[in-house]
Amino acid sequence: MAPNASLVSTVQVRELVRRYDDRAVLDGLDLDIAPGEFVALLGKSGSGKSTLLRALAGLDYDVEGSGELAVPENVSVVFQDSRLLPWARVLDNVVLGLSGADDRGLRSLDEVGLAGREQAWPNELSGGEQQRVALARSLVREPELLLADEPFGALDALTRLKMHVLLRKLCAAHQPAVLLVTHDVDEAIVLADRVIVLDTGRIVAEETISLPAPRSAADPGFAAVRSRLLDALGVSV
Amino acid sequence: MSATTLPGLRSREAAARPVGRRRRLGLGKPIRFGSAIGPVLLLAIWSIGSATGWIDQRVLSAPWTVVTTAGELIADGRLQSNLWTSAQRALIGLALGIVLGVVLALISGLSRLGEAVLDGPIQIKRAIPSLALLPLLILWLGIGESMKIVTILLGVFIPIYIHTHNGLRTIDSRYVELAQTVGLSQWEFIRRVVLPGALPGFLLGLRFAVTGAWLSLVVVEQINSTSGIGYMMELARTYGQTDIIIVGLVVYGALGLISDAVVRLIQRRALSWRRTLAS
Ligand SMILES: Nc1ncnc2c1ncn2[C@@H]1O[C@H](COP(=O)(O)OP(=O)(O)O)[C@@H](O)[C@H]1O
Ligand SMILES: [Mg+2]
Repeated sequence: MAPNASLVSTVQVRELVRRYDDRAVLDGLDLDIAPGEFVALLGKSGSGKSTLLRALAGLDYDVEGSGELAVPENVSVVFQDSRLLPWARVLDNVVLGLSGADDRGLRSLDEVGLAGREQAWPNELSGGEQQRVALARSLVREPELLLADEPFGALDALTRLKMHVLLRKLCAAHQPAVLLVTHDVDEAIVLADRVIVLDTGRIVAEETISLPAPRSAADPGFAAVRSRLLDALGVSV
Repeated sequence: MSATTLPGLRSREAAARPVGRRRRLGLGKPIRFGSAIGPVLLLAIWSIGSATGWIDQRVLSAPWTVVTTAGELIADGRLQSNLWTSAQRALIGLALGIVLGVVLALISGLSRLGEAVLDGPIQIKRAIPSLALLPLLILWLGIGESMKIVTILLGVFIPIYIHTHNGLRTIDSRYVELAQTVGLSQWEFIRRVVLPGALPGFLLGLRFAVTGAWLSLVVVEQINSTSGIGYMMELARTYGQTDIIIVGLVVYGALGLISDAVVRLIQRRALSWRRTLAS
């Protein structure tokens, strides 16, 4: 369900430039994300996906650059590693930085299927469970924008599929705008309302996905979108 | 298994073995009372040596003589009062040293200015063994209790400072990023991320500090003391009483073992979130 192009975008990026050592990694990039829209970002390794995400998350202090950037106040980030504090119990990780939010934290853990594990140490959880805690930590803040940098990259294929289902459910419930970085074309098509491809510092291709749910790779429409995206990524099939 | 084993035999052997049990890498199961085995063995050698006359009584008293002497020392109250004096010195020196080390580490670990001002002098102090400062300390403070406690303190605060400071400064930058994305305030960041992250370093420093405290204690108690375990041993030396000297050594050793066990217990409790090879 691609939302209608609304008047107010959640994210508005204009002419964004980011340089490392005089090499422009982002070079005049424009991007809009509508409220509640799920955008997947594809790109070759080293194309600047993380650089863009870090710019949106406000984590690029020492990076040289220019451009306009409008992001909402309330942004959550999910990293590739779950980045849980090993010395804090699961619930304390979820409500990190929030006060009096234990009830919300518990509900959020319930939503990601980890009810009853709130007193566990992060080390006691599997990789997939840790990443679900990270999701709970993001969503308990009810973000207007969720930024995720290859959040499932370190998980096995089966766990990854389960995480796709979970993420779709959570996004339907909470309606944040999402920018998901992934190197997996199928993952992008399954999850997103719109898939964009980053290359040479700009968005070079864009696909609005209007396939009916549940999306399946067996669908001929799916295959067509996928081959266009692979083309844009410079992979011949 | 040899290469000539028949296929039939081999498969039967494989079936008889429980399936899927493989030796776990790492140190294996902890041995019950494992840390007692070494000392008990040593005690056995000492006893046998004394009983067979292989160890000369004037060089090293027999264990039973030591036990009897210890009994006498306890009966007339000398052991307790000396032990109490020694323990007080060590604990006061240790406590003050820990506080000083932690405070300095926090100041220099959490602020650039603090580091600029403090770290240099502390590194210089670190290069000078505390015991080398003794002549100066005696001149400044005399030979009383304050000199003893300050000497212990000086030996204690250095490892606490070094390891806590290192812990504070080596917080994973990924956690710093996380703290920023969840919008922690400076104070929350210190409380939730920096301090717990530095705790393992502090506890490591604590183990060195405890060892250092006993070491300093032994030395200061043998200089012009009129009380304490070290004094008791010095006095025994002048009368050639090896049994009393050994009682003193045993007490020092027991104190060292007990205090190390306490620190390790604290470590296990405080770092229960860690799963390491030894646990
Ligand atoms: N801190 C940095 N210093 C120098 N170069 C960097 C830094 N971070 C990233 N780069 C460079 O910027 C380019 C884009 O990196 P990144 O955004 O991480 O790519 P992606 O996430 O798409 O794989 C890469 O060529 C990388 O080497
Ligand atoms: Mg990246």
